[in-house]
Amino acid sequence: MAVLASLQATPLNAIHRSMGARMVDFGGWDMPVQYSGILDEHQTVRKAVGLFDVSHMGEIDIRGPEAARLVDFVTTNAAGRLQIGQAHYSALLYEQGGFVDDILVHRVAENHYFLCVNAANQEKDFAHIRAANRFDAEVEFSSPRYAQLAIQGPFARATLQKLTAVDLSSIRYYWFTDGKVSGVPARIAHTGYTGEDGYEIYISPSDTARLWRELLDAGREFGIKPCGLGARNTLRLEAAMALYGHEIDASITPFEAGLAWIVKLDKGEFLGRERLLKQKEEGVRRKLAGFEMCGRAIARDGYEVLIEGVPAGWVTSGSPSPTLNKNIGLCYLPAGQVRTGLPIQVLVRNQPVDAITVATPFYKRAK
Amino acid sequence: MYPENFRYTKEHEWVLVEAGIGTIGITDHAQQELGDIVYVDLPKVGAAVDQGKSLGSVESVKAVSDVYSPVSGEVIEVNHALSEAPEKLNQDPHGDAWLVKVRLTAPGEISNLLSAAEYQSYIGAEK
Repeated sequence: MAVLASLQATPLNAIHRSMGARMVDFGGWDMPVQYSGILDEHQTVRKAVGLFDVSHMGEIDIRGPEAARLVDFVTTNAAGRLQIGQAHYSALLYEQGGFVDDILVHRVAENHYFLCVNAANQEKDFAHIRAANRFDAEVEFSSPRYAQLAIQGPFARATLQKLTAVDLSSIRYYWFTDGKVSGVPARIAHTGYTGEDGYEIYISPSDTARLWRELLDAGREFGIKPCGLGARNTLRLEAAMALYGHEIDASITPFEAGLAWIVKLDKGEFLGRERLLKQKEEGVRRKLAGFEMCGRAIARDGYEVLIEGVPAGWVTSGSPSPTLNKNIGLCYLPAGQVRTGLPIQVLVRNQPVDAITVATPFYKRAK
Repeated sequence: MYPENFRYTKEHEWVLVEAGIGTIGITDHAQQELGDIVYVDLPKVGAAVDQGKSLGSVESVKAVSDVYSPVSGEVIEVNHALSEAPEKLNQDPHGDAWLVKVRLTAPGEISNLLSAAEYQSYIGAEK
């Protein structure tokens, strides 16, 4: 393994190593890819509860009399319509309509927004927002002040509830509250990236090691396990949630990625709006689609996709689905040809292998 | 852990040669590095394999890895049990979960491979 000197580390790095996690370089961060194994961790989140260190994620605070105007100008969703304590999924776009990043926007107060952004994009996002800031608002790069843990799975609430006086059942999905977990300040958000019920808590780096241990203790009776980014990826893929650098990047627009629901063209001016209006009028040329492999071969990111033998697109994410026991993936295809049940071929190691498009998400939890 | 009568490659395959027949597999180190193995792609009986060239692939949840043949020869048997139960590669990589058996066409190639002690020091050094 290469020297880790240049990698960034979360406050839990030494704990991950001492607990036997396998570590990998994830976008410049030394992160656990797995603990007990991706399949085991995946099933644990679907059936019980898993604990993830996602402290590599970035945070940006935006405050000031025109905070809402700035956030609305740099993001696609209607930030000004968020209520205090509410969060939503959104996007930062370039003028040409491609993604700078996909983000979570939380409204902390009338004039205070809290953004959770992708680890590898955080400096870029911060520079992008600052450059666009012609409003009476302050933009703070607050990542160093936060660590983040994700508690995900059917027993996530029962686990976290043991450590907080906040009534978690009162926090609706995609809402959050500032309270205490195990006696220390925490932003408790009813959000997640697994397709399962769960919470993401934002805490001080200095409290993280203790909370990690206490959450593992609290969840023991429910079968909690520490989980790595490998399971996080298979879980989010089953839920058909986008991953930056795969389904979305600077060359892809939200309409192409099937994310029209986070674009509010009627909210007024925002970066990328002109391009999106034009694309809405002209129609998109490609669209993201889900597929299942017909045989046992596994599609992988970047593999070419054919329709009737003719190159038509590419796989953005491909993996075995531990829940469905099938091999699944997402791919871009010509918009005019996309439909559910379309036979396609994925070029697996130079062999065209049959697959068929299916509706997404691949997995939806029972409510 | 690493049988003395096997020979090893730096790409983490092993071969056991008996009476001109080489049994080929991947090492315990390889299965650990790969994690949960979910798919194995092997050649057909009769296929020719060359030392150092891909003879198939092993896929974990996370990634696909080529398996490089430690020896040259003709495939005479394929471990079909692995196509239904690829997880055996995580459980018994040096035993039941062998991949293929080949009739060696260049037995002298064995001298290019690592002994158990050399392989163990190699994976120790790799970490």
